[in-house]
Amino acid sequence: MREERTEMSKDDDRSPPLDLRGADIAESSSKTRNCVTGSGHVTGLNPTEFQAPYPDQVLENVLENVLQFLTSRRDRNAASLVCKSWCRVEALTRSELFIGNCYSVSPKRATARFSRVRAVAIKGRPRFADFNLMPPEWGAHFAPWVAALGSAYPWLEKVYLKRMSVTDEDLKYLAENFPSFKELVLVCCDGFGTRGLAVIAKKCRQLRVLDLIESEVAESDMDWIGEFPESGITCLESLIFDCVESPINFEALERLVIRSPSLKKLRLNRFVSIGQLYRLMVRAPQLTHLGTGSFSLAEGVAHGDQEPDYESAFAACKSLVCLSGFREITPDYLSAIYAVCANLTSLNLSYANINAEQLKTVIVHCHKLQTFWVLDSICDEGLQAAAATCKDLRELRVFPIDAREDSEGPVSEVGLQAISEGCRKLQSILYFCQHMTNAAVIAMSNNCPDLEVFRLCIMGRHRPDHVTGEPMDEGFGAIVKNCKKLTRLAVSGLLTDQAFSYIGRYGKLVRTLSVAFAGNSDLGLKYVLEGCPRLQKLEIRDSPFGDAALRSGLHHYYNMRFLWMSSCRLSPPGCREIARALPRLVVEVIRDEVGMIRAECEEHIDDAFDILYMYRSLEGPRDDAPSFVTILH
Amino acid sequence: MPPDTLSGSPESDVTSAMTFKDTELTLGIPGEPTRSPAGKFCTKRGFIETVDLNLRTSTSKPRGKAHADEVDDKSDDVVSGTCKTTASKTQVVGWPPVRSYRKKALESCKYVKVAVDGAPYLRKVDLETYNSYQELLMALEKMFTCFKIRGNYLDESKVIDPMKEMEYVPTYEDKDGDWMLVGDVPWKMFIESCKRIRLMKSSEAVGLAPRTPPRCTTTT
Repeated sequence: MREERTEMSKDDDRSPPLDLRGADIAESSSKTRNCVTGSGHVTGLNPTEFQAPYPDQVLENVLENVLQFLTSRRDRNAASLVCKSWCRVEALTRSELFIGNCYSVSPKRATARFSRVRAVAIKGRPRFADFNLMPPEWGAHFAPWVAALGSAYPWLEKVYLKRMSVTDEDLKYLAENFPSFKELVLVCCDGFGTRGLAVIAKKCRQLRVLDLIESEVAESDMDWIGEFPESGITCLESLIFDCVESPINFEALERLVIRSPSLKKLRLNRFVSIGQLYRLMVRAPQLTHLGTGSFSLAEGVAHGDQEPDYESAFAACKSLVCLSGFREITPDYLSAIYAVCANLTSLNLSYANINAEQLKTVIVHCHKLQTFWVLDSICDEGLQAAAATCKDLRELRVFPIDAREDSEGPVSEVGLQAISEGCRKLQSILYFCQHMTNAAVIAMSNNCPDLEVFRLCIMGRHRPDHVTGEPMDEGFGAIVKNCKKLTRLAVSGLLTDQAFSYIGRYGKLVRTLSVAFAGNSDLGLKYVLEGCPRLQKLEIRDSPFGDAALRSGLHHYYNMRFLWMSSCRLSPPGCREIARALPRLVVEVIRDEVGMIRAECEEHIDDAFDILYMYRSLEGPRDDAPSFVTILH
Repeated sequence: MPPDTLSGSPESDVTSAMTFKDTELTLGIPGEPTRSPAGKFCTKRGFIETVDLNLRTSTSKPRGKAHADEVDDKSDDVVSGTCKTTASKTQVVGWPPVRSYRKKALESCKYVKVAVDGAPYLRKVDLETYNSYQELLMALEKMFTCFKIRGNYLDESKVIDPMKEMEYVPTYEDKDGDWMLVGDVPWKMFIESCKRIRLMKSSEAVGLAPRTPPRCTTTT
């Protein structure tokens, strides 16, 4: 990497002057950029060779050496604002490029500014699109990005995409144009299938990480696992494909695992039976993260037919810290994991339909657990058991096994209260339930002061505190007031404008806010837009906020990544006003199919659209908007 | 704002829509109020869900969004107003906010394995696709065509397998891990608690209480 350093100076067409790196040239280390370690080695320089440097050159060299240590992109963004020189140098030393909204900046502009990027992360669709609130084909295509990356960063090593549409052709392009390509992570993406995966497997010889997380992978007969090179050791460290909904070639997978001694993370899909899991585990006892696949017998295999010793396979994995999968669990097999529970820091049972008793047998061993995802089938009793043992818990997610408004709701305020009392270090919670009380939420706000993420989803819309009959205002109010580190909040239940008044008054660090079926009037939204200076992502659905409320955020929209409002009380003129007031904001108005038919038939359109989605952008209206998207100006 | 406190009262919408409603098909006798005290409505619910037939209404979202705050003045469609008061089967799009990937994955959770004593392999059924014990047991009979199943339901026919001269008793494992006789509890309760099914040879079922007379609830 030393060569890279001198190259940069050569670009400036000046010979390297006062060389602060001098002292460290002899030292080589595995760190990519090695430089000043404070030894102040002026004596290493020959005074007769000293050339008077240009001041900015010195500064820029110093800066390069210093700025390379900045990893946080927020720090880097701040540094780049100091002056042009700093901006230039920061751009040269940024190796990880993060694009929070793929439409906020064009691939051309991004790659022109940052010339030495080795890792790229891009996020596309807004989160509410995950819940079918938007027609598909809205956009967020990876294709224009991959082309730009190809010409700008041939040395590219890592790509992370979230909520993007990625095609098989894009994957092929990645595989064929980046010889150093090492890591591909696709989260909540779609548009590709096993064909694309096959090309990646076949052609990325340096592949270390292939992680497919909650992505939709089109099925085909393509045996992509079989496309990994058949011989030689691989450098594979992580292979996550639990979301792939088609069978895989198990024999090929087994051979792959045998040839991958560096493999640490392996998450199988539900087409891998427990018997097959066993075979893989005995080949890979070095695993740290394991997704267990179906965790039941293959169809046609009967219980008890010479079954392998699953317990010993788990016991042999001494480094296992993260367990997930259990996609079609036969609860009898749970006992196999007891041996590893004591070391687990992360346990994901959120696809396992188990009851409280079955959970207890496992959770009682999990003293070190920090992350716990589970289904509400464990009931309040199961949560109480978790609270009793998992004193180090940081993140809890309780998902509904029956995600309907009128389902039974096996967890309630009782479970929440228990967790708040037992898990004082809690930082993040996502909790689906049918019934909740202000008292329990207030208790959590007092017991868990480290909370940064509080997402409560009371599944019945407009449901009040089921004991007092009051709105849930006081509960959420207590959360924003007492949890001083809170950055992410999702509210639900019966909420009046008062709840939003609390959020505006106390939620000074809130960056992400999700609102659904809440509030009484424009005031609610006004409180938030006027009160929360750090707000970046605001998503609202089915709440009575109108144009006046929208106007009250004009001072802030440029500071936000996006605003989503669907089924609220906005009108086209109201939104147009925003678009005109803020030229760098892209104001998209999205109609569903019915909206379009209505618009054709009716002369006077009241709510002529369903969704307002607006975001700051340097590029103006995008050119790939489908017909159901109108960009206002 | 809770759906009950609208700027325009539901009554005024109803009266303005009187003439339309009078001619609208209902399931009740013409002239009867369309709303029973319990809030059930008598118009065919399927109407709401149909996309292209909602042209006249800007309030009722065909995907079932029942948020009545968006009533506009020319709402002729009482159906949208009644949406919120019907039996809760009208689901709102994207609510609760659970990704479809997860929903699908958990659905296959709801498939239960069916084992038959003596059969070499198991089958899987989705209990949600049946509405009654009768339907389920008939489907199981079709699946395992060699065997006839003795059912604890209305016709009480005890059928004997001609080949093996055996009866099979349907049993299931519930949430608590106990093995129960199929048919004792109401159907809805059964599908919520059933984890797997075993068609047990009658001879092994000795000791179970004799069949209780079936209650009418078992077939709903």
